[in-house]
Amino acid sequence: MKRTALFIGLAAVAAAALAYLLWPRAVWSPDEIALLRGLSLSQLPALPPDPSNRYADDPRAAALGQRLFFDTRLSVDGTVACATCHLPAEQFQDGRPLGQGVGTTARRTMPLAGVAYSPWFFWDGRKDSLWAQALGPLESPVEHGGTRAQYAHVIARHYRAEYEALFGPLPDLSDAGRFPPAAGPVADPQARAAWEAMSAEDRETVTRIYANIGKAIAAYERQIMPGRSRFDAYVDAAVRGDTAAMAQALSPDEVAGLRLFVGRAQCINCHNGPLLTNNDFHNTGVPAADGLPEDRGRADGLRQVLGDEFNCLSAYSDAEPADCGELRFAKVDEHTQLRQFKPPSLRGVAERAPYMHAGQFATLREVLEHYNRAPEAPAGHSELEPLGLTDEELGQLEAFLRSLSAPVVAPGTPEATSACTGCHQEPIAHAPGDA
Amino acid sequence: MNRIGIVAGGVQPAAGVRRIWLKRAGIAAGAIVLALVALALGMVAWMSYVPADLDLSTTRLSAQGAYRVSYEPRRGPIAVNQIHAWTLHVETADGRPVEGATIAVDGDMPQHGHGLPTEPQVTTELGGGDYLVEGVKFHMPGWWVMDFTIDAGDQTDTVRFDLLLN
Repeated sequence: MKRTALFIGLAAVAAAALAYLLWPRAVWSPDEIALLRGLSLSQLPALPPDPSNRYADDPRAAALGQRLFFDTRLSVDGTVACATCHLPAEQFQDGRPLGQGVGTTARRTMPLAGVAYSPWFFWDGRKDSLWAQALGPLESPVEHGGTRAQYAHVIARHYRAEYEALFGPLPDLSDAGRFPPAAGPVADPQARAAWEAMSAEDRETVTRIYANIGKAIAAYERQIMPGRSRFDAYVDAAVRGDTAAMAQALSPDEVAGLRLFVGRAQCINCHNGPLLTNNDFHNTGVPAADGLPEDRGRADGLRQVLGDEFNCLSAYSDAEPADCGELRFAKVDEHTQLRQFKPPSLRGVAERAPYMHAGQFATLREVLEHYNRAPEAPAGHSELEPLGLTDEELGQLEAFLRSLSAPVVAPGTPEATSACTGCHQEPIAHAPGDA
Repeated sequence: MNRIGIVAGGVQPAAGVRRIWLKRAGIAAGAIVLALVALALGMVAWMSYVPADLDLSTTRLSAQGAYRVSYEPRRGPIAVNQIHAWTLHVETADGRPVEGATIAVDGDMPQHGHGLPTEPQVTTELGGGDYLVEGVKFHMPGWWVMDFTIDAGDQTDTVRFDLLLN
């Protein structure tokens, strides 16, 4: 009987120790404070320079880029602008499972707040600069659907002064024989044939203008930033040791969720830094989307960016090879990279359903349940391990994620900044839904 | 107390059998609880396990003592998710700079069983035993290791640096 009592006593002590370890605590250790501090927006460094785009921080380029971003003339049928899917009022995304341009894409539209901090773009990182990214949808047959020759003509007709002030004299594109209205290395056979019939020099002329369109749009997009959330107020208060302000910023449930986020739930492994993403690539066993072709994620994205005509090492990049570290030292490992996707920033995530690269999950709860279960990946190898979290704990994590919401900070829409020359004479045709 | 009282009082005819059964059940239950607790504690410990005696120094002697190696990030303290370069300095154990070495770079996150997100390389020999390591990047906070295999002709040796990143 004594042994039984001893065992029960020991078990009780061990259970108490375990409970102590796992119990939500209101205080943070100095190490934990250091970890939390790194997640606060207050720690967001200055925008990293983009050496591949010498116009990246030129306000004139940003002003031009902003107008281009909202201009539906940059599409095959005048119906699609960047802002068609990247809606300013919706954190520059569209709330749909799959992007809808002139057709339907195979991926979810990504949000843009803080996008310029990423070294890689798209879910699979198939572009290595913001300006190169912007050029992808413009020639995609299901997004803007147009061609670079068409867009060069739009610039010559509607943006000549602004363009020339930045990029120098526009070449004469008036000879329709040399510069057809629709020509580019695109899926459409006619436009492709027209492109192939052009001289190499004329193609280079058009592509140069096309790259500059991307550089102007990127200069605008660089200014789209996440706003400060209640979570940031909490962390900054925790760093100061201001418990009153901490209690005001987050509820006990949200704090418990934060503790799980940086602890047992291991979210911070990938969702780290002030933007709550490492902008790298991970296979988290997200199910394949119904009705879509196989998506190999980063395994294909890396192959594409290494051969991309607009990458950091290309003739259209303004960077020196020494500035292209991410590309030059990219690790090629198809086995690991199969079905890896980029974790998006979690800032504002609660207002961005549906989730994952093809909108596979309708609610945050479904996402959390997926991570808790950690199912096998449909292809490649999932990095997840089952978490064993209770329903209550999943609720706390969800509550925490909701504390990351805050309005996105972006330059005013074109109406608000229409003091610029030319804006009044030539009002920009706005995309549907652009509030 | 009640049970013991009854058993000790010898009221039940099969008291001896019952006593043994109770004792076994108690031991078994205690053992199961202990095992579960130990397992849970083990999991928590494993997930957050970083060796207590982790040596974070930036100068280390190679495994077989052939080289003394030190590193310095070229743009200040290392930040997670920032690609950056290191200067690696290699000298013999008695302090002579090692020139013309071939150096292979690898890195790993022991708790997660995965490597670096990039493939860093020694791209330039800077002279005086200094080598430029480009493409270094860590994409998670926590415990990282960086391994260098140094081949300077007569001897190949490896050196490991431990890093703890916030």
